[in-house]
Amino acid sequence: MMFRWLFTSPSERRLLGARPLQGPTPWVIAIMTFAIMIVAAAGLALAETAGVVAAGAEARYSVQIPDGERNLDAAVRAVGSAPGVAKVEPVPEREMRRTLERWLGPAGASADLPIPALISFDARPGLDLAALERRVQTVAPGARLIAHGDTLAPLLRSLRALQWLAFGLVVLLASACAAAVVLAARGALDTHRFTIDVMHGIGATDLQVTHLFQRKIAIDALIGSLAGAVAAALVLLALAAGAAFAGDLMGGAALGGLDLAVLLLIPFALTALATWVARAAVLAALRTAL
Amino acid sequence: MARQAGAGSVGLAGRGRVLTPIAEFDSVGLRYGTGGEVLRDLDFRLSKGSFYFLTGPSGAGKTSLLKLLYLAQRPTRGRIALFGEELTDAARDSLPPFRRRIGVVFQDFRLIRHLSAFDNVALPLRIAGAREEEVEGPVREMLAWVGLADRASARPPTLSGGEQQRVAIARAVINRPELLVADEPTGNVDSDMAQRLLHLFTSLNRLGTTVVVATHDIGLISATPGAQMIRLENGTMLDPTGTLRNPPPIAYPRGEPE
Repeated sequence: MMFRWLFTSPSERRLLGARPLQGPTPWVIAIMTFAIMIVAAAGLALAETAGVVAAGAEARYSVQIPDGERNLDAAVRAVGSAPGVAKVEPVPEREMRRTLERWLGPAGASADLPIPALISFDARPGLDLAALERRVQTVAPGARLIAHGDTLAPLLRSLRALQWLAFGLVVLLASACAAAVVLAARGALDTHRFTIDVMHGIGATDLQVTHLFQRKIAIDALIGSLAGAVAAALVLLALAAGAAFAGDLMGGAALGGLDLAVLLLIPFALTALATWVARAAVLAALRTAL
Repeated sequence: MARQAGAGSVGLAGRGRVLTPIAEFDSVGLRYGTGGEVLRDLDFRLSKGSFYFLTGPSGAGKTSLLKLLYLAQRPTRGRIALFGEELTDAARDSLPPFRRRIGVVFQDFRLIRHLSAFDNVALPLRIAGAREEEVEGPVREMLAWVGLADRASARPPTLSGGEQQRVAIARAVINRPELLVADEPTGNVDSDMAQRLLHLFTSLNRLGTTVVVATHDIGLISATPGAQMIRLENGTMLDPTGTLRNPPPIAYPRGEPE
């Protein structure tokens, strides 16, 4: 049976003597789980944010008219009547000035500061952007079409890069966790070398010996990873209020149900990884003996 | 030809059995690391159901020879077959079933310190897959046999040398091995207990177990008439009559079971 090693008898458990939670393994795994969950949560939040930003910018375009509102109405009509255009909205000048004021101070609201007129619209699939730009330029010379996706591309690239960085960190931390388990398994083998030699001499198979260590490390790993996960959950909850605010600013980006499920799986995935690594390490070490 | 009474087995287990070799060594040599050979050109056969004493001065290679017998060591040259199977280059995964057929009494006892005497003795049964209800009775009986019934829950560090030796012997014989290998098994017990343990070995031998005992104890050897002697000197086996290399054929009384 695949998981028979989990259900060893008391006499088998006595062979290794030491009780679970002795030694550094659970603590190392707890710390690694904590770090992995925080980094994974950050990565997932970045992915959500990138998704929201990308979705918002995907079909969104602006027409910029350099000489202000003089040709605005004609341009709005030209845009609105083009096939493949939906939801045309001229951006009110006062709104643009209020935005500028945030960046430039009172000078931004000054009427002396010339600002272009802006029209926002959503494009349906198949819209010929070049044709639309030419059409608008016939009524508003110098008008320019701006794709929001192009404007936000550097931000999206940064978000995606950060997301991959977080993923890479998760892989690195998991690898470090696996390396720690290998060291712990080898240490346990050295500690119990005598018992193993006696068992081998009496006819124990490598798998019989391995199952003892596998079970012990699985229990240590499960306890450690759950403790790390609880600590990480507390920290993430403490950050949740701020994260919700930031999410609102980004247009609703926050951790979704799938993200939470992924985070919940991490301690169990780490336990499975530690158990598998311990098994492989013990089997490899045992093969060096007769 | 009469059964090999003087130079062969004790004459207890062999009766009614075909004395095929349980162990065959051909030109076997052993060296540790880059050192010289500690065993050289060993050529012998151990007959199934026989009783052997392995003797020789300290450093002659007795323990090394026993290690080859209980599969704790591979020879550096030559060929070894146990139980009729060629095991010189056998895959290590294939060795545990053979080891379960061998009982070993180590010179240094090799008891697991954190296990009770009961658990130490029960270990071979549990490793062989016996259920707990199949373990309790035989282990209690064996502990009683070696005079340690009241010490079942004691751990090795709390036992005397002689008691530890008896636990080690009980562990070696608990699953009725086909081959029993003992390295100085009576070195730490008084003469009464030594006789008792020898009786245990001969009893097992009567039941068919081949016994190989490395010892310096002349009293033990003289108390076992009919046991065959294997003498090692400087890693070489002395076999002037050739009976170890080529055990003579055995004749059986008509009608005895094989």
